[in-house]
Amino acid sequence: MSSALFEYLLRLGDNTLILSHRVSEWCGLAPVLEEDIALANTALDLIGQTQMWLGLAGEVEGKGRDADALAFRRDVWGFRNLLLLERPNGDFGKTMMRQFLFDAFNVVNLGYLIKSSDPRIAAIAEKASKEAAYHLERSGDTVIGLGDGTEESHRRMQDALDELWPYVGEMFASDTVDAEMVAAGVAPDPQTLRKEWNEITVRYLTEATLTVPDGTFAHKGGKTGVQHTEHLGHLLTSMQWLQRAYPDASW
Amino acid sequence: MVITRPSVDQIWVWLDNVPDPEIPVISLVDLGVIRDVAWVNDVLEVTVTPTYSGCPATSIINLDIETALRDHGVKYLKLKRQLSPAWTTEWLSERGRAKLEDYGIAPPRPAGGPERCPQCKSKNVQRVSQFGSTPCKAQWRCSDCLEPFDYFKCI
Ligand SMILES: [Zn+2]
Repeated sequence: MSSALFEYLLRLGDNTLILSHRVSEWCGLAPVLEEDIALANTALDLIGQTQMWLGLAGEVEGKGRDADALAFRRDVWGFRNLLLLERPNGDFGKTMMRQFLFDAFNVVNLGYLIKSSDPRIAAIAEKASKEAAYHLERSGDTVIGLGDGTEESHRRMQDALDELWPYVGEMFASDTVDAEMVAAGVAPDPQTLRKEWNEITVRYLTEATLTVPDGTFAHKGGKTGVQHTEHLGHLLTSMQWLQRAYPDASW
Repeated sequence: MVITRPSVDQIWVWLDNVPDPEIPVISLVDLGVIRDVAWVNDVLEVTVTPTYSGCPATSIINLDIETALRDHGVKYLKLKRQLSPAWTTEWLSERGRAKLEDYGIAPPRPAGGPERCPQCKSKNVQRVSQFGSTPCKAQWRCSDCLEPFDYFKCI
């Protein structure tokens, strides 16, 4: 149980860590100042959630690794984030579409984790779910604004949705780790979250005048760590270089 | 040796004099992040809840609490982090809300937006961005006096 729990917590923490890093890549580069600030604040919230998830993961593992050690001293194959979240940012629209697809998942998933049999997980979920709801409000409004915007913004958002769609399925793929969590009352079965996620996303995407793709193919391997894309390694070289070059550096 | 323990009420008064590091017109007590103060034998336990999980002010808040209480002679101190129940802007004190508005920050409202412009009090206001200069704020603008202003997000 405790090794499955560790694995499960890594998945939660790596999702927010990797997305946070991707979003922070926009710092100083966003199309307008307000969006720049919003992206940086979103990244900050996600880092805060990461500290809580990975902090608990280290506690559960019991080998003296804290959130920093897990974030900065693991290699690519130790990461358990969804492939969707390691995708390069692309343009602003694609970044916001990815954010939207994940925010909706995060909101639904955290809604169940609040009822977790593990009180530590329930407490983190309670805290994180407020932030996730706020993120969804913004990413959802942006998807509507750009989807139902100009001809060009509409085209870019439809392209983003079509490109990211094959990465959606991994969010709802269940494996033995999930089965153990379900059996212990710790977490919901990801498969069962899809219906609620569909309801939320279809509502926004319809208002955004975007066409929901009907493909069911799903790239997998991120949350199990079996096969990450080449993009994660590049991300880690930039995210981890300082702690790798100067271990335990502080200032 | 007689150990004198300041009363819990006295501790609350001291904490009410510790300013929020980012919005110094309100105190940590006004902000609602101090959830409990209690003596456990000779150790003073102060329970603190974060506003936003990633807010960089959280560690400064802990440091400021520790510094203030040590300055008042508290020797054995333990700071406890409490995540649940999660912090809500409903815990901002009435006095804190009034001070925020005086300072030019519109206080949070369950309706999701400011009631009025903190400068000219006009109700003709519009949102510029859901996020602002710190994790707890959003950016709004007054359509009458045309001044931009911060709104304390409601969570
Ligand atoms: Zn005004």
